[in-house]
Amino acid sequence: MSRREKTWWIVGGIAIIIYALFPIAWIVSLSFKGPSDIANGQFLPTQLTWENYSLILTGAASDLFLPALRNSFGIVLIATAIASVLSMFAAYAIARLDFRGKKLILGTALAVAIFPVISIVTPLFNVWRNIGLYDTWPGLIIPYLSLTLPISIWTMSAFFREIPWEMEQAAQVDGATTWQAFRRVIVPLAAPGVFTTAIIAFFIAWNDFVYGISLTSTSAARPVPAALGLFSGASQFVDPTGSIAAAAVIVTIPVIVLVLIFQRRIVAGLTNGAVKG
Amino acid sequence: MASIEMRNIVKQYGDGFPAVNDVSLDIADGEFMILVGPSGCGKSTLLRMVVGLEDITSGDMVIGDKRVNDLAPRDRNLSMVFQNYALYPHMTVFENIAFPLRLSKTPDDQVRRRVTEAADVLELQEHLDRKPANLSGGQRQRVAMGRAIVRQAEAFLFDEPLSNLDAKLRGQMRTEISRLQRRLGITTVYVTHDQTEAMTLGDRVCVLRKGKIQQVASPRELYEQPVNLFVAGFIGSPPMNFLPATVEGRRLETPFGAMELDDRRAAAVSGRDLLLVGIRPEYFEDASIVDEAKRPHGTTFRARVDVTEWLGDQQYAYIPYDAPEEVQNQLRELSRELDSEALRTQAIVSIDSTSRIREGREAEFWMDSRKAHVFDPSTGENLTRDAEAGAELTRLAEEDRQEQVEEARSRGESISGGDRRGAEVA
Repeated sequence: MSRREKTWWIVGGIAIIIYALFPIAWIVSLSFKGPSDIANGQFLPTQLTWENYSLILTGAASDLFLPALRNSFGIVLIATAIASVLSMFAAYAIARLDFRGKKLILGTALAVAIFPVISIVTPLFNVWRNIGLYDTWPGLIIPYLSLTLPISIWTMSAFFREIPWEMEQAAQVDGATTWQAFRRVIVPLAAPGVFTTAIIAFFIAWNDFVYGISLTSTSAARPVPAALGLFSGASQFVDPTGSIAAAAVIVTIPVIVLVLIFQRRIVAGLTNGAVKG
Repeated sequence: MASIEMRNIVKQYGDGFPAVNDVSLDIADGEFMILVGPSGCGKSTLLRMVVGLEDITSGDMVIGDKRVNDLAPRDRNLSMVFQNYALYPHMTVFENIAFPLRLSKTPDDQVRRRVTEAADVLELQEHLDRKPANLSGGQRQRVAMGRAIVRQAEAFLFDEPLSNLDAKLRGQMRTEISRLQRRLGITTVYVTHDQTEAMTLGDRVCVLRKGKIQQVASPRELYEQPVNLFVAGFIGSPPMNFLPATVEGRRLETPFGAMELDDRRAAAVSGRDLLLVGIRPEYFEDASIVDEAKRPHGTTFRARVDVTEWLGDQQYAYIPYDAPEEVQNQLRELSRELDSEALRTQAIVSIDSTSRIREGREAEFWMDSRKAHVFDPSTGENLTRDAEAGAELTRLAEEDRQEQVEEARSRGESISGGDRRGAEVA
């Protein structure tokens, strides 16, 4: 690579980083601004204040925010766990076994994934109200599974296909049942895939707004993205911009932490050394 | 340890293609059996049917008096070394070797003892805590073997275990496998397409072609008394030369002159028209060097040498010859089946390394006619095969094996003793 080319790559890289991170930096900056600073057009707050954070964590908005945070964590973690386990079995079957209707399952999964959420939300609202799932945790976990399962099955089956089949055959010859071979050989080898899939599923459920706002009405099940939309200012003349920004920063933190923790697990190439080399 | 018996085994795939077609084979307890053949001959499929990774369409697979057709691989108690080793990358070498024991819920102290023993045999002690990714090809190969020998399996199955190693290491590992098999005296089935492995390792070799057994015999019998054109062409390197010939009484007219046959062979070929004579490269010699005592057993002829290859200990000369169209097609067909591509009809002859025969010149050669075989070009059948002589060779090999097994068992577990043995066997 010539020097000139290198410079262009660096310039381009920086431009992309700014483009991607500037909105986040802005949100962070907004969250530290006092009410008078919000509309002053400057990037940096004139005076750093924790006012917005105290408002949502201990102040007037905490009744709205804290239960929502708890709901979000609970619902999303349960949905992710169920999606990961189910998609692990489904993907294994799709990658390894020959059965009728395999293409149909993959096709359906894809169709579900691209189906617009907004078009089923109204019928779902009615059904949920009739069967008593409206405004409950399962009432959100089930729709979240419909969002996360298809993509999980697709990514996970790609990972399972990468694992040499000989691994499993060797385990069977060594005396393992199909289940033992799956649990002791295939799953550990597919671990990076499982983690990647789980994180993707977590993001999808964590970021959902449409189901969250439509299928809940109280803090019994309302997730954070929906709660953010319901924030109000200190008085009716004040925009809740600052507190929304603060809440947005707080809900971003778990996502970042998750990525940092599992970053090392999401490295490919764990199968190195399994076969010839 | 157990014998393996296959009765009319057939493997038919969904499209009706028979990968293995009516194979019957008895492998004695403690015997080293080689399955060999060109790619696509069904040898790996057959091995996978023994271990249970492939369903058997019809026929009986009997291991130690028990029919195992419907048993899962784990219930057959066989151990297998895969072509790409199939080590578990997330486990250490120790855990890799211990895996079969862990599955059978063997107590911890026993696991440690047996893994250590296996590691001693394979010289893996200092690698036990490492992961397979950090090992060399030869070490991985040994770990795969460790996993196979760590439990008391009924038989070992090898699926082209050396094909991923470089040539030098392959030679070493071949010796090691041979040594191990003799020491443990365990029934072994070994799939390969490499005929050096087939010849050096096997007590008996089973040559397969398109899913059918061609011949099962000791390496010597295969070499000296092949049953047909295919076996004759497959076994031996450089391969046997096939010359077109016509019969005239007791004489065969070949492109390299006439050849006198003895009574037995003359009777076998009489009344035929066009034939193929098979002569191994080493039955030729530079006529100027041939021992006077041997000279009457063969014929001399003059031919132009195309290329010579001097390898230090031996020398090969390539002599082109003309063949009728129909024979050429037959030979081309054969070489395609044997995974090689013969572009022209030429004889490869082995001459003494001191011979001064030069490329592009005409030279005089001598051809030993005593051991020539005559084949029917249309069926490929060996018309002059001496079945009794062949059976005698295999019987002798079997006696040798019995003796070696007895000796190995009486020597017990001495590793150094095993070492010396291994060197001799290979």
